[in-house]
Amino acid sequence: MEGLNGMNAGWSERLRRNGFGWGLVLPSLLFLCLFTYYPMFKSFWLSFYEKNLATPEPLFVGFDNYINLLHDNVFMKVFSNNIWFAIGTVPTSLALAFLMALFADKAIKGRGLARLSFFYPNMIPMIAVANIWLFLYTPHFGLFARLASWITDQPVNLLGTPDTVMGALVIMMIWKEAGYFMIFYLAGMQQIPKDLYEAAAVSGVGTFTAIRRITIPLTMPTTLFVAVVAITNSFKLVDHLWIMTKGGPNNASNLLLYYIYESTFNFYDQGMAASMTVIMIVLLLLISSLQFFGWDRKIHYE
Amino acid sequence: MEDNPLKLPLVLRQNSSKALEEERILNSGRTKRRIQQILWHAVGFAFAAVWIIPFLWVVRTAFIPKDIAIDSGWSWSFTFENLIHVWNGAPFGQFLMNTLLVCGVVLAVQLVTMTMAAYAFARVRFFGKDLLFMLFLVQIMVPPDVLIFSNYQVLNEMGLLDTKLGIMLPYFASSFGVFLLRQSFKQLPYELDEAARVEGASRLHILSRIYVPLSRPIYVSFAIVSVSFHWNDFLWPLIVTNSEENRLLTVGLAMFAKATEAGAQWSDVCAATLIVSAPLMIGFFLFQRQVIGSFMSSGIKG
Repeated sequence: MEGLNGMNAGWSERLRRNGFGWGLVLPSLLFLCLFTYYPMFKSFWLSFYEKNLATPEPLFVGFDNYINLLHDNVFMKVFSNNIWFAIGTVPTSLALAFLMALFADKAIKGRGLARLSFFYPNMIPMIAVANIWLFLYTPHFGLFARLASWITDQPVNLLGTPDTVMGALVIMMIWKEAGYFMIFYLAGMQQIPKDLYEAAAVSGVGTFTAIRRITIPLTMPTTLFVAVVAITNSFKLVDHLWIMTKGGPNNASNLLLYYIYESTFNFYDQGMAASMTVIMIVLLLLISSLQFFGWDRKIHYE
Repeated sequence: MEDNPLKLPLVLRQNSSKALEEERILNSGRTKRRIQQILWHAVGFAFAAVWIIPFLWVVRTAFIPKDIAIDSGWSWSFTFENLIHVWNGAPFGQFLMNTLLVCGVVLAVQLVTMTMAAYAFARVRFFGKDLLFMLFLVQIMVPPDVLIFSNYQVLNEMGLLDTKLGIMLPYFASSFGVFLLRQSFKQLPYELDEAARVEGASRLHILSRIYVPLSRPIYVSFAIVSVSFHWNDFLWPLIVTNSEENRLLTVGLAMFAKATEAGAQWSDVCAATLIVSAPLMIGFFLFQRQVIGSFMSSGIKG
């Protein structure tokens, strides 16, 4: 009798505990399902259907949307653009962020000012950044055009030329993001024990060698983390295209997410938009999983 | 000692000359380091200057009379006319209120949902906890920005397009916040819990009276990151809203810039850009340390 009661009490305690736990998680879980999982599965489902202005009722087409994407020159262009955009922005902003952090960490006078000037682009909305740089890049009146007019007499239209537009946007993005990544390097550098540098200085190791042998290896985990964030961002940040180029000229600056936006709201091709969303999801999951599996540990113990 | 070597015995004098020699080497090392440092500072501040110029250029253009703005010469004239003209030219007051409302409500709801979930993940043993935790992880890897197309459809199904609630809904649960807070909750000593329970406090009581107050720094960090994200967000509010009364600052700015583009009214666009960026920028200047510290401790945005 005694034991049965105890068991009952155990069960009811367990039931209460489970109810409590689930009750606490439930609100978050509800929104998570509604705005992460349901949309994800919906995209997945819709990516196997044709649904556009001509076929308002979804028509099952299997993998056709994906095959069509492979033959869609614009999609291939946009995809390769995005990869070039990542290659252009990620390594440079990481390297700059590292240098900025070194400077903002060590320089004694004006350290606050340096941090401020490197970080402030992050507090400005991307859309405002786009306005600022659109102005800087404007032919005739813009800062760059004025600088260029000293060198060449030709009117310079950086955003209107397919060859230069991507470069111009890459530079802008580096300006916007490097200071943000600097923050993580600052945090990483502060965790390196100071006596390592003192020991290095005592044994006559120069500053640059110390950076190469101590700072760079010990901030490797930061580099991995920041690299994942930076690559993810290069697929995510598209607000500037809306203001600056609309993906043009001739899709030279178009990126994946913006193309999804165009397909949905300008071309009303939902099947295609869905399959591109799925590709994007898979891509992002792959990139972020670098962080979670293996890589982290390997780099740390190198 | 080296000041007056003559007073010293011969042996010591020899030693001291050796010391002098060392001192000379050390001095030359010091000069070298000094030069290095000056160079380092010069490069660092040159960078900082490059980073600050775009913003200064916009500020300058916002405050000088229109006809001089596009002139190639330099001028010291100064006017508030652009700002006043822009403020009256579009309902920026309304946009500002909307943005404040959206940021405020999103943050308030996030704080509640994330506190509950974080406590459950940190301190309650319940069935399916690990699996749920994995499910939460995915939201960090695939943020709502990427799902704009499908989230738009979800909102459409719910009949919430062109509402402020529609802008906010996808962000009501933040996995990122849950992770951040869970970490902080886990670091609190378990004895606090037990002591309070002996006193007869309920778990919700313990959560609100002990866990929440002790994690204040994390809440502040999260608030800064969340507000700056939603203040600056553009594409999602653009898609969701159609009417002026539901627009946010960023969307208002984009519409305004688009409308004036034809006339190349750069002084107006710069003034509008300044209006939109100013609140966060001022906050950032005032609380620089906390802001940078928050980004440092919190990791990812959103």
